[in-house]
Amino acid sequence: MKRALLWLPLLLFAGLFALVGFGLLKPADRTVRSALTDKPLPDFTLPALLPTKPGVARSAYGGGQPRLLNVFASWCVPCKAEAPQLMRLKAMGVPIDAVATNDTRQAVTDFLASYGDPYQRIGDDRASKVQIALGSSGVPETFLIDGRGRIVLQHIGDIRADEVDAIAKAWRGAK
Amino acid sequence: MRRALIALALVAAPAWGQGASLANVQLRDPAKEAQAKALMETIRCVECQGQSVADSDAAIAGSMRAVIRERIQAGETPGQIRAWLIERYGDYITYDPPLGAMTWLLWLAPIALLVAGGLIARTTFRRRAR
Repeated sequence: MKRALLWLPLLLFAGLFALVGFGLLKPADRTVRSALTDKPLPDFTLPALLPTKPGVARSAYGGGQPRLLNVFASWCVPCKAEAPQLMRLKAMGVPIDAVATNDTRQAVTDFLASYGDPYQRIGDDRASKVQIALGSSGVPETFLIDGRGRIVLQHIGDIRADEVDAIAKAWRGAK
Repeated sequence: MRRALIALALVAAPAWGQGASLANVQLRDPAKEAQAKALMETIRCVECQGQSVADSDAAIAGSMRAVIRERIQAGETPGQIRAWLIERYGDYITYDPPLGAMTWLLWLAPIALLVAGGLIARTTFRRRAR
């Protein structure tokens, strides 16, 4: 019994070593996902940022048509990288609305002139309040809201070229 | 006269800022500000994880400070605001995690260790007394 116990510290050390080694080779995913996925879109109303487009409100969702809600900012570099993919989704017939966080009318006008304008509506979320109400932790993020007004998908980070088809498919399946 | 005006501007500036953004401006009521500050120190910044929103310079942390101060000012309790944030971001957002299926070990381990330590101490002292 005593002899067997002698090996216990070594075994504990080996276990700890394996645990740390595993964590080193395969780091945990620290992305903070919205806890609202598969829940109804929370209530919010954002005024229009541009004179040419309406703002965004909760009442626009749940009328049977699934829509994308893109949280973006003109000052965000990955948002520029994402712009062509959003334009492709728009060409595929996917309606896209935007929450412009911490932004100004002039900066967004310039951004859309340079990188294309995929949006049907743009809400002015100057204090990022709606971004927080959605459980979004950065820009860009894209929420898919189904025909019943529920958030069915949260895409964190910019949409890459090879992810467009999966999002279009999810949109088609979200009626 | 000019000096007086500058002094007045310096004194009044925080008051003007009150309406604009509560991200970096304290609430006028010290008791409410203390409540808000205590809550901010236990809410995780989602961008620079490992920092609280009270410590972080990230834009989203500033927005969260503003949301917390606004809600405290409107009369909500820190517990209600914490629950509202957990509803949106999950338990990871709070440094004061609620007791649940995932966290019971975290909460009960100290008590279990204390009991185990007490038992070990008791047997050791008894042996010594003999």
